[in-house]
Amino acid sequence: MSRVLVGVKRVIDYAVKIRVKPDKSGVVTDGVKHSMNPFDEIAVEEAVRMKEKKLASEVIAVSCGPAQSQETLRTALAMGADRAIHVEISGPEYETLQPLHVAKILAKLSQDEKADLIIVGKQAIDDDSNQTAQMTAALLDWPQGTFASKIEKSDAGLTVTREIDGGLETVKTKMPAVISADLRLNEPRYATLPNIMKAKKKPMKKVSAKDLGVDLAARIKVISVEDPPVRQAGSIIPDVDTLVAKLKEGGHI
Amino acid sequence: MIKSIAILISNLNKTNIISQAKYTTSVLPQFSSEKYAVKRKNFGILKSADVEYFKSVLSEDRVLTDESDVLPFNIDWIKNCRGQSKIVLKPKTTDEVSQILSYCNKNRLAVCPQGGNTGLVGGSVPVFDEIVINLVHMNKIISLDDISGALVCEAGCILENLDNYVRDHNLIMPLDLGAKGSCHIGGNISTNAGGLRLLRYGNLHGSVLGIEAVKADGTVVDCLRTLKKDNTGYHLKHLFIGSEGTLGVVTKVAIHCPALPKAVSLGFFGVENFENLLKLYKSAKSSLGEILSAFEMADNKSISLTVENCKLSNPIGDYPFYVLIETHGSDETHDSEKLNRFLSQEMESGLILDGTVTSEPAKIKNIWHIRESIAGAGLINGYVFKYDVSLPLRNYYDLVLTLRTRVGDRARVYGYGHVGDGNIHINVSASKYSKELYAILEPFIYEEVAKVGGSISAEHGVGFRKPQFIHYSKDKTALQLMRDLKQSMDPNGILNPYKVLPDVPDIEKD
Ligand SMILES: Cc1cc2nc3c(=O)[nH]c(=O)nc-3n(C[C@H](O)[C@H](O)[C@H](O)COP(=O)(O)OP(=O)(O)OC[C@H]3O[C@@H](n4cnc5c(N)ncnc54)[C@H](O)[C@@H]3O)c2cc1C
Ligand SMILES: Cc1cc2nc3c(=O)[nH]c(=O)nc-3n(C[C@H](O)[C@H](O)[C@H](O)COP(=O)(O)OP(=O)(O)OC[C@H]3O[C@@H](n4cnc5c(N)ncnc54)[C@H](O)[C@@H]3O)c2cc1C
Repeated sequence: MSRVLVGVKRVIDYAVKIRVKPDKSGVVTDGVKHSMNPFDEIAVEEAVRMKEKKLASEVIAVSCGPAQSQETLRTALAMGADRAIHVEISGPEYETLQPLHVAKILAKLSQDEKADLIIVGKQAIDDDSNQTAQMTAALLDWPQGTFASKIEKSDAGLTVTREIDGGLETVKTKMPAVISADLRLNEPRYATLPNIMKAKKKPMKKVSAKDLGVDLAARIKVISVEDPPVRQAGSIIPDVDTLVAKLKEGGHI
Repeated sequence: MIKSIAILISNLNKTNIISQAKYTTSVLPQFSSEKYAVKRKNFGILKSADVEYFKSVLSEDRVLTDESDVLPFNIDWIKNCRGQSKIVLKPKTTDEVSQILSYCNKNRLAVCPQGGNTGLVGGSVPVFDEIVINLVHMNKIISLDDISGALVCEAGCILENLDNYVRDHNLIMPLDLGAKGSCHIGGNISTNAGGLRLLRYGNLHGSVLGIEAVKADGTVVDCLRTLKKDNTGYHLKHLFIGSEGTLGVVTKVAIHCPALPKAVSLGFFGVENFENLLKLYKSAKSSLGEILSAFEMADNKSISLTVENCKLSNPIGDYPFYVLIETHGSDETHDSEKLNRFLSQEMESGLILDGTVTSEPAKIKNIWHIRESIAGAGLINGYVFKYDVSLPLRNYYDLVLTLRTRVGDRARVYGYGHVGDGNIHINVSASKYSKELYAILEPFIYEEVAKVGGSISAEHGVGFRKPQFIHYSKDKTALQLMRDLKQSMDPNGILNPYKVLPDVPDIEKD
């Protein structure tokens, strides 16, 4: 039986249209709907399924971010995590927070909590870094199974099926280990009403990076955030008839 | 990354299912005129000189005469009706519409106005060789006043495009329906479409501010005001709302858009029986009050068939009935407090067996998507007989049960709809159209609806499929006044013939 630590990040909901701030210092987040990073939902789902199959004894959700990250943690608790740790980071520190900082926090917490498995999403849909799992594994010197589409537990450790270019790769790892969840690992559940209610009473601990001895000094400077280039103006053709006419006109058919 | 999120989104957002469903059978539907034994009226027959004239008014590429080009405009969305038109005209301006109609009126050529062709009663396709006037090119947005919320646009604008446009100005369209990606605002107005949020934002007779329409003789009737109040004379715009292309062609529209709600939440619940569902509705109205924006229901068969056919997943377990509740408000804390109180209370009372609630946009979209997919899901099995009726709430679900017994194992009968509006959609899904099943269903279903004082067509209209049943919901005097209006606005009867009003002998019969 293992204790699983799951990383959950609060990101702008993927159904929301992203807008760049007029001063190009970042994207507009005020008044914008956020939710749990979709890949982290998959990570939580996997951990909860392990618990349901009695392969895990406890699931701890961790989120690093501003006060509202607690909402994301509540979602994880409603999905079935047992308790939550909120590492409060806000303001300018949050703006320059990098995967390395998060990896250091997760590494430290996994030792404090005596976790033997860390599952995170393969990447967050906002910064698209795809580094946290790898860095956490390196810092702890644990084996890693990234881009997991299937996880099986055996006595010796884990068998992880990975999504790689052009196919699947199967690796075996010992425990403790770090896993990053890919899209096809599972389909996350919707939190049910009784579980949403119960989640409100589950324990949530708040710590600071300082408590964990992690230095959050900025390692990068954001120079400018820009909208992707507007695509070359094309003309929208109203229907197939016009398309055929235009193609004929241009001598393409 | 982009790839995987694209997959994620396409997995979750299979809007295409519906459009694919249209083409699952390659067999063409039978001609409506044969299927329903209709006689052609004495209209002119299209001659090559007529085609030349139309080409001189429109550019050549906006006059379709190739048989294969014209075919899709002859077949309706549920593939039940098929006309025999030889020509499709695609005007770009009101003036072009006016010239076409004036010519057709002089030459007694019948026409069929067409928007997105998503109508469900066969009104949008010709019966014989009526000329199709499709408004797809009249798709310009003319103005938006973001203080009053008045949007002015051409009739061929697609509802979803308009909604995306006004959302950028913190407004929403006052109506929303499953066909939003294809239907035109002009089609919505001509059918007086109701949809998913009528409960909150009212129907189009309230939100349409003005209309520009072209009469049968080509006269452009300009009632395109953007005023909320205008009590000067008769309220003519209402004649075009819901008249299904029989009184004029709608060319421009002014519509009031409400403010974009800052806080949206959605709940999807399982309920034990219909009685509890009604109790839940009553409780939702009083507990959620002004923020309740939708109260939709679906029976177990509707959801299981949709989830299976459209390859979606049901967010909650298996329950006899499902309820979808949505709230639109301006303050998230206030709304969620209300919603939570309501939920805890009704979980405790047992009216809600289980369910989920969310305020995350992506999840909200996914759950709505399941509800919106029900309308098209049955088509994947072959053919769907669709009924759209208003019933007193206490009788709301009885008809589904009655029909199930009557139909037996010949087809699957399921019901879903807008409880808040007393409107249920009853679908009867079979592997193919059959006369036997048709005779079992009609006119039985209309008789049952009439018995309890319901409407045989709540929101889809009368179109081609229901004129002979209109008398179940409208008495002779009302029908006579409708006829008088039709006579005065379209004396030659060229606008969408064979639709809405039954032939005189038909009403004399009863
Ligand atoms: C998946 C699905 C879900 C639906 N859900 C709902 C719903 O929730 N509520 C609801 O009320 N309806 C619903 N409908 C039916 C609804 O009536 C149509 O979707 C829509 O309102 C019709 O718009 P359209 O542009 O497709 O019109 P069409 O289908 O092209 O035409 C409908 C009628 O209007 C006439 N017409 C169209 N444009 C004009 C014009 N510019 N001037 C004059 N006459 C015109 C046509 O002649 C025809 O009689 C649904 C349909 C589908 C396919
Ligand atoms: C103090 C005051 C405040 C007002 N405030 C408002 C306001 O806030 N908003 C507003 O819109 N108006 C307002 N009005 C005017 C408003 O039009 C009338 O008060 C009211 O709507 C008319 O009702 P009535 O029964 O008095 O009709 P009447 O004054 O008797 O008749 C008004 C018109 O309706 C016709 N009519 C009346 N009954 C019938 C019937 N049964 N069938 C056919 N035709 C009929 C009459 O022939 C006449 O043309 C106000 C008037 C007053 C005196």
